[in-house]
Amino acid sequence: MSRHSVSTEVNGRLYEREVDARLLLSDFLRHELGLTGTHVGCEHGVCGACTVLLDGEPVRSCLIFAVQADGRKLATVEGLASSPDELHPLQQAFRDAHGLQCGFCTAGILMTMVPFLEENPAPTETQVREALSGNLCRCTGYQHIVDAVLLAAERRA
Amino acid sequence: MKPPPFDYLAPSSLEEALDVLAEKGGEAKLLAGGQSLVPVLNFRLAQPALLVDLNRIAELDYIDVDEAGAVRIGAMTRQRALERDPRIAASAPLLAETMPLIAHPQIRNRGTIGGSLAHADPAGELPVAAVALDGEIVLRGRRGERTVAAADFFVGLMTTAMTEDEMLCELRLPATPKRTGWSFREIARRHGDYAHAGVAARMTLADDGTIARARLVYLSAGEVPLSATAATGVLDGGAPCEELFAEAASTARGEVDPSDDIHATAEFKKHLAEVLTRRALAAAWERARAAQR
Repeated sequence: MSRHSVSTEVNGRLYEREVDARLLLSDFLRHELGLTGTHVGCEHGVCGACTVLLDGEPVRSCLIFAVQADGRKLATVEGLASSPDELHPLQQAFRDAHGLQCGFCTAGILMTMVPFLEENPAPTETQVREALSGNLCRCTGYQHIVDAVLLAAERRA
Repeated sequence: MKPPPFDYLAPSSLEEALDVLAEKGGEAKLLAGGQSLVPVLNFRLAQPALLVDLNRIAELDYIDVDEAGAVRIGAMTRQRALERDPRIAASAPLLAETMPLIAHPQIRNRGTIGGSLAHADPAGELPVAAVALDGEIVLRGRRGERTVAAADFFVGLMTTAMTEDEMLCELRLPATPKRTGWSFREIARRHGDYAHAGVAARMTLADDGTIARARLVYLSAGEVPLSATAATGVLDGGAPCEELFAEAASTARGEVDPSDDIHATAEFKKHLAEVLTRRALAAAWERARAAQR
């Protein structure tokens, strides 16, 4: 099994590690870097809990190897808010609209919907539901999540 | 679960990748977007000794459209790039209509056209679209280059005409003929899920308004993308109308061969295929007429 050096920028900070080829990016973030905000659900690309941004685009971190992130930029939920005392506007909307219960899926949903709102600043409810279709939530029935995303869009307007 | 151990190489050029394949073909697996391969590895359904990562090969990531409207797409072009490219919308609108049906944005950001074609999942949309568009697939290996019609490329369940020292490098789509309409319709339980049934329809009208050539290709209707040739036989040369579309759809229902699964019976999927065929043909006809004006 080959080992590889990885140099990657996560939330603006540079990390360098030596990893096994088979190490998933999700496990790299959690176990090598201690960034446990990214959650791991199904580990086969269905639940969306591990969604992070790779060079600005949302991807499943359980379907990429850490070695593939060499030289790339990553963003995780830890980097959304500008300081530990603040929430990102979408996080604030989730809080205000009761968009989470257990919170397991929330990081993945935030990392999916932040770039979605950048691309679609005034989405319809149908667009929001389609954009959420790649993220499973087993608590909320999605209604409050949809409300939260629409609330965040409304506040941006 | 976690993938089994493997060695990993990330060649930075096509030549380098072909050398590795020539030397290690049997034990190597090519990693494109990884959206199907990595789940297979995580489940340990495959244990390749070597992964050859194609993601550093920039020369395989391109979309070219010539003056006539013929399209060439590099194997490592992301599905998301095809979805967003206005040249694809203009020159291969059926392909553009197909893209949003493929899984979810997070998957399309990584998933590639070459990976999806090489994976040859009969439930996949891209193999169906490639066949419906009369696509050609360019394969390269150390022994040379060859071009295979998409219709001949898919030979069985997740099995293609590719040999183990070859690599899928490009999808070519001929220019869309004049007075051609298209539609890709599918029904899934949730947007982006595997569809119960789905069809790509294409229809080219003759000068007198009759159907010069129709194409109907189905997903999850057998081991490979299924071309319903009896149904298109009903359409070719006919005067397009609801009744003709209904007859073709009913014929197609007899050609598709879906399987039962936990969500739907084969009978129900055949019903969906028939209904989708009628709708897709009506939409394709509408667009073909609009293109005539």
